[in-house]
Amino acid sequence: MSTYEDYKGQQPAWCPGCGNFAILKILKNALVDLELEPHQFTIVSGIGQGAKLPHYTKCNTFNGLHGRTLPVATGLKLVNSDMLVIAVAGDGDCYGEGGNHLLHAIRRNANIKLFVHNNQIYGLTKGQASPTTKEGTVTKTQPFGAASAQLNPLALAISMECSFVARAFAGASGLPFLQEIMKEAINHEGFAIIDILQNCISFNKVNTFHWYKERVYQLEEDYDPTDRVEAFRRSLEWGDKIPTGIFYRNDRAPLEKSFPVIENEPLIQQKFSMSKTLEEIADFY
Amino acid sequence: MEYTIRIGGQAGQGLVTVGSCLAKYFSKIGFQVFSHQDYMSRIRGGHNFYQIRFADHPISSSRDRVDILVAFDRETIDRHRQSLTESGIVVYDSDECKKEYSDQEFLNIPAIAIIEEMGVHRVMANSLIMGAVLGLMGLDLEPFNEIIGDFIHKKTDEVIKTNTQMAQKGFDHVVENFSDKCSFELPETQKTKQLLINGNLAIGLGALVSGCKFYAAYPMTPSTGIMNYLASKAEKHRIVIEQAEDEISAINMTLGASFGGVRAMTGTSGGGFALMTEGLSLAGITETPVVIAEVQRPGPATGLPTRTEQGDLNFVLYGGHGEFPRVVFTPGTPEQAFYLTNKAFHLAEKYQIPVIIQSDQYLADSEWTFNKFDTERLLWEDFRLRGDELEKTDDYQRYAFTDSGISPLAIPGSSKNLVVVDSDEHDEDGHIIEDAETRNKMVHKRYLLKYPHLQKEISPPALYGDQNPENILVCFGSCFGVVKEAMEKLAGDHSLAMLHFSEVYPFPSTDEFDYLELLSAARQTICIENNATGQFARLLRAETGFNCHAAINKYDGRPFTMDSLAGEINEHI
Repeated sequence: MSTYEDYKGQQPAWCPGCGNFAILKILKNALVDLELEPHQFTIVSGIGQGAKLPHYTKCNTFNGLHGRTLPVATGLKLVNSDMLVIAVAGDGDCYGEGGNHLLHAIRRNANIKLFVHNNQIYGLTKGQASPTTKEGTVTKTQPFGAASAQLNPLALAISMECSFVARAFAGASGLPFLQEIMKEAINHEGFAIIDILQNCISFNKVNTFHWYKERVYQLEEDYDPTDRVEAFRRSLEWGDKIPTGIFYRNDRAPLEKSFPVIENEPLIQQKFSMSKTLEEIADFY
Repeated sequence: MEYTIRIGGQAGQGLVTVGSCLAKYFSKIGFQVFSHQDYMSRIRGGHNFYQIRFADHPISSSRDRVDILVAFDRETIDRHRQSLTESGIVVYDSDECKKEYSDQEFLNIPAIAIIEEMGVHRVMANSLIMGAVLGLMGLDLEPFNEIIGDFIHKKTDEVIKTNTQMAQKGFDHVVENFSDKCSFELPETQKTKQLLINGNLAIGLGALVSGCKFYAAYPMTPSTGIMNYLASKAEKHRIVIEQAEDEISAINMTLGASFGGVRAMTGTSGGGFALMTEGLSLAGITETPVVIAEVQRPGPATGLPTRTEQGDLNFVLYGGHGEFPRVVFTPGTPEQAFYLTNKAFHLAEKYQIPVIIQSDQYLADSEWTFNKFDTERLLWEDFRLRGDELEKTDDYQRYAFTDSGISPLAIPGSSKNLVVVDSDEHDEDGHIIEDAETRNKMVHKRYLLKYPHLQKEISPPALYGDQNPENILVCFGSCFGVVKEAMEKLAGDHSLAMLHFSEVYPFPSTDEFDYLELLSAARQTICIENNATGQFARLLRAETGFNCHAAINKYDGRPFTMDSLAGEINEHI
């Protein structure tokens, strides 16, 4: 059984006051609650401030390239279906550079948990617009305001029948809820995305903790996350009120179950016999 | 004795079925076979051909002249008529070609009429034509009846039987009508068992026997055959095949799979490899084993999608940002492709590096006959840290400094040890660092320490022909067969040899075989390449200082053929 202390990692290099600290803490709590040990899962990440997260805890880690988190996670999951695979990315990483991979990860529905640190700005490159930056926001590289429409990741995921779609808030008031949603996502069979709203203390002066705190609320107790049309309607709500919670879920079979080769046993446990493969040479005679 | 059959027509008419079935037939009855394909980038229509050369002696290239032209349409006749040998004949169906030819070399086979009269499916006309070709050559239909089932979709006894009946119809028709037209003399062959295999299948087979468990790719001509082959064996041999959304994803999935603990591979052509170079560099810094097949077609950009070129050598040698070790193999035959794919998996895992097998459309689609593949030569060693040994390991570090530069490669999740890899520069534990000292040590470990060991693994080039040659033909990759035959053709009149490189990076040392001394002693050295700029000649010069005297380059998207190449060589020596 692991404790919070077992998850102590490297010293974070994040800005003081960054929302990432809370997300890291809540993730560790969730892992302890689920009685997982560090070697039992892998965190795959790309590039960005959020992507440094696996170094700041204890776990198997593949910290790869910007935007390429989900393909690495998919390859890993397909060869070791027993392994819990968590993907951690930022809004630029996952919705920008890796946008195409997100679409196809949702379609594939591999049993991967994607936690997106969404602060609506590029932090590591110092304050350019991200896909979730509000239209019109002026930055150094968008001097006339961000011209592209703001991406709605929840509406996108729900429209594609993503098997688990949630939003949470990484401010103090939202943390217990975030922890519950993370656990739900980890226990869900299939691809799960949590869009985690967080501040960027250095570069996003609009969407601050205070800004979010005034707006976020939890979906009602009797909300039905299996109603896709209602989920889509609620995902469009963004402004004075921002709903959080599990918007949508379904029980589509995960990718790993559609490969007869790994249906019953992870690939990594299947022994290779060269002599058996040599029989195939006979086909060419 | 040798004959060449060219089967031409439109995409969708079944040329590949007829071509590959006849190639198999000749191989099965004991002839040596070399076939190649020339096709357009379209699903229907256009003009394609499949050429089979068979002989009672070793052959390894295509010729320009054709003994039997099988024309599925009139365009085939218009385009290829001038390639006929003096005794060459054209097999055609005047209904299909909508024209009747009175010249004596034209043999009209009313395939469509017979098919319609028999009331069978039109696709059976292909079997009828094959039967006619075999009849013209005075061959036996029995071996054909044994193999036809492998080349048709519906493999029921009924369908196979109808196909054999149609073949008999074609056979009987030519025997009855054209027995005086054919002067083919085919000797009795030793019916020894032979392999018939093309470059793509040889790479797929090589991957299979090397324990490849994961293959992710985006379909791209001419590399897709590798994926198709492995997919056909996936269930039986427990391989996960995933079609990625793009080549960026393909290589990253492959690296994820390799990190997970299995042998993993991807394959593509030049354009896809361009997208993979970021992932190639990721394999470099994370020291994740990966095998990549790069099956070339002519560029730049979309280029000539279904044709051939050796234009990506520089790209696979230098693609990818930053400095990291890699191995590049350039097999010259399907047999070399088979062994080198096996060696690629071996070295990728042993040294935890990317290994690239570079092929091209010509090699990918060319079938060759071989007596056998010597499976004793295959390498198999599990270099990963797993099981009890991993369980017993304390304080595992993914990038531990070692004398060889090779750190233990553990399987994540199978012990308490954590496996941490990072695309950032990292310490021995795999965590991000930025200090100069660790950076220096990691570059040293990852590249400078491994490289000399890696270089010792590389085989020297192979010399064929005169062992003290005055003239040397230098080549790499798929030029092997055609240069070798051209060399043999000219060898009677000249002191001539071929020096072929199939393992080009790290560039082979001269320790085992001093090929530099040989080159320096030669009066004439000609570097023959299927590209415009002489990329291999430049690599040779960069690595050894040796400058070939002359170059023969071809970059029209077509392979060299033996007769034309021999002519060109002759002008230089």
